[in-house]
Amino acid sequence: MKKISTGNKAVAEAVKQVVPAVVAAYPITPQTEIVEQIAEFVSSGDLKSRYIAVESEHSAMAACIGASVTGIRTFTATSSHGLLYMHEMTNWAAGARLPIVMANVNRSLGPGWNIWAEHTDALQERDTGWLQVYVSTVQEAYDATIMAFRIAEHNDVLLPVMVNLDGFLLSHLMQPLDTIEVGDFVPPCHLPHAIDVKNPKGYGGLTGPDQQFRFRWDMERSIRDSAKVIKETEKEFAKRFGRTYGFTDDYQCADADVIIVAMGTLGKEAEVAVDLLRKEGIKAGSMRLRWLRPFPKLDLKGKQVVVIDRDYSFGRGGILAIEIMAQTKEEVFSVIAGLGGQEITYEDVADFVRNRRMGEEFWFGVTNNV
Amino acid sequence: MINNDRSLIATERSLIVHHHLQELDTIPEIPKEEFILKCTSACAGCSDSLALRYVLKAAGPDTVLVVPACCTSVIQGIYPNTAFNVPVYNIAFASAAACASGMSNAFRAAGKKTNVIAYAGDGGTLDIGIQAMSGAFERGTDFLYICYDNEAYGNTGMQRSGGTPLGARTTTTPSGKTDNKKDIDAIIAAHDPPYQATACAAYPQDLFKKVTKALTFRGPTFIHILAPCPPGWRYSTEKSVEMGKLAVKSGMWVLYEREYGKLTIGAQSKAAIKKPIPLEEYLAPQGRFKGIDPKTVEILKQRIAKNLAKLTAEEAAS
Repeated sequence: MKKISTGNKAVAEAVKQVVPAVVAAYPITPQTEIVEQIAEFVSSGDLKSRYIAVESEHSAMAACIGASVTGIRTFTATSSHGLLYMHEMTNWAAGARLPIVMANVNRSLGPGWNIWAEHTDALQERDTGWLQVYVSTVQEAYDATIMAFRIAEHNDVLLPVMVNLDGFLLSHLMQPLDTIEVGDFVPPCHLPHAIDVKNPKGYGGLTGPDQQFRFRWDMERSIRDSAKVIKETEKEFAKRFGRTYGFTDDYQCADADVIIVAMGTLGKEAEVAVDLLRKEGIKAGSMRLRWLRPFPKLDLKGKQVVVIDRDYSFGRGGILAIEIMAQTKEEVFSVIAGLGGQEITYEDVADFVRNRRMGEEFWFGVTNNV
Repeated sequence: MINNDRSLIATERSLIVHHHLQELDTIPEIPKEEFILKCTSACAGCSDSLALRYVLKAAGPDTVLVVPACCTSVIQGIYPNTAFNVPVYNIAFASAAACASGMSNAFRAAGKKTNVIAYAGDGGTLDIGIQAMSGAFERGTDFLYICYDNEAYGNTGMQRSGGTPLGARTTTTPSGKTDNKKDIDAIIAAHDPPYQATACAAYPQDLFKKVTKALTFRGPTFIHILAPCPPGWRYSTEKSVEMGKLAVKSGMWVLYEREYGKLTIGAQSKAAIKKPIPLEEYLAPQGRFKGIDPKTVEILKQRIAKNLAKLTAEEAAS
């Protein structure tokens, strides 16, 4: 069914399709509309879920963990400080191998209080064992949320999945949305290690130095295996519903000399910039990174790479740039842009390419930096 | 070497428990079925394991324990073994109530009546876990929250908690605590749960009855168990039951139930109100109160008297 929706409402619509038995969530700008819409669906009876209005994000994730381990489907949503507040529990959820799905509306971190888009919140969760996907349109937010449940609950994965959408730029953006009937695309949740009082087991108790690393390795093995599951899920989604996704969303990359790599809505701006640059005779392409974890093998051989980071690791650099430099020998021009919602147009992105200085880092908008 | 030590501890403890059991074997309503198996890694004389033994006997096999960081996360054993014969979900320190809240909702959504018991220490309840607990009670979560209170952070080696009484020495209050014990029961009462009670590991029959009763209510219920701790309170290991009884007899610990707001003080505490033993009899055997300032003892006595008067008045009024 076609309608007009915000990114937030699209996530809630997706959740309505897959009917988690328990949703535990806490409001935070700019995520609030997701939980309001889910509460509305539950209240009107359109969604047969239990909605736990917890008193904090730490408790939101703890409640999802407690619910998920009984073998049922769970969902939560957060942003920024909410995500950081649940950091202890995001580690627990992944280590406990629970297929929790969470929408994170990417927002800057304080101080000062800044509610606008930035990716540093989710990137500080990079090493927790969560799968992370970044979306760029309202439709993609919807589709990725639905697929996230199938991927997380796949018995070769059993790891939580975080769907990231840019605060305001996508969460509050109105775009066309084509909703689907999911049917058996997301099969019923089956958790092999669900709590069973008839077969009592201890969960997450004392684990010695002779065992803990085995559990970590098992997580790593599963997140590697998840790449296959993601591919298979996206292929099946395309077959059933006609929309195609991949680890990256490539635009004019094949013959490009210079490739722009970015995540989220910036990755879409980059496509417009590519058109501009091509008119000027610069053979540019755009590779919008969708999945950060598991990190895909990027085909950048022989290209100049302009990486735009809406995030930063102090004392080291743009996080995406670091990830890419660790994988490829090609030269990278690292642009730090869009922090705390700083406005960037496709013209600015085109400028990054025109004025690129390979091997260097550039903070957009900072005086004497160019 | 480690194994030898452990078996010694286990033997010593089983003797204490056995001695205690002879009395209880004559009480028909307490099931013989054990949910705490042999060879836990608890300290000798641990009254947490004693209390939990009767909690689980009352709750039965259709029960899940949610345990945050505390002594109970340690004593259940090391992977791949566990000494507990019900499912135990271990969770981070601050989140027992929140985790149990999610679990209870999930079970109820699936039409299951499984008991969900959050079983946390005083640190995990009065301090770091209080926000999640308050939230779970406010939301009317269908679960039983048990705080077993050994009045300090036990498994990290006895640091001060909100549950540590005035004057007690801990590793972070080497000259004795200068602040009063937090009244968590009053905080719980402010949430107006259908049922709350205090208990003591030294009175397992009373504890058994209270757990059995708590699990008949729908909604959040709370039991606060005083759990004397030999290494923490610094008394000899065979005296755990005696220490619990002295706590009640001196009025330092009061046994009561509050059912839909109606308070009933237990018979043991009624006797203590009528004719309490001197507080010094409770303090003297405990190394943690060694050298306590007489002025501090006076303040403790005044606080006991005030608390007993308050509870007596509340019982009379209800």
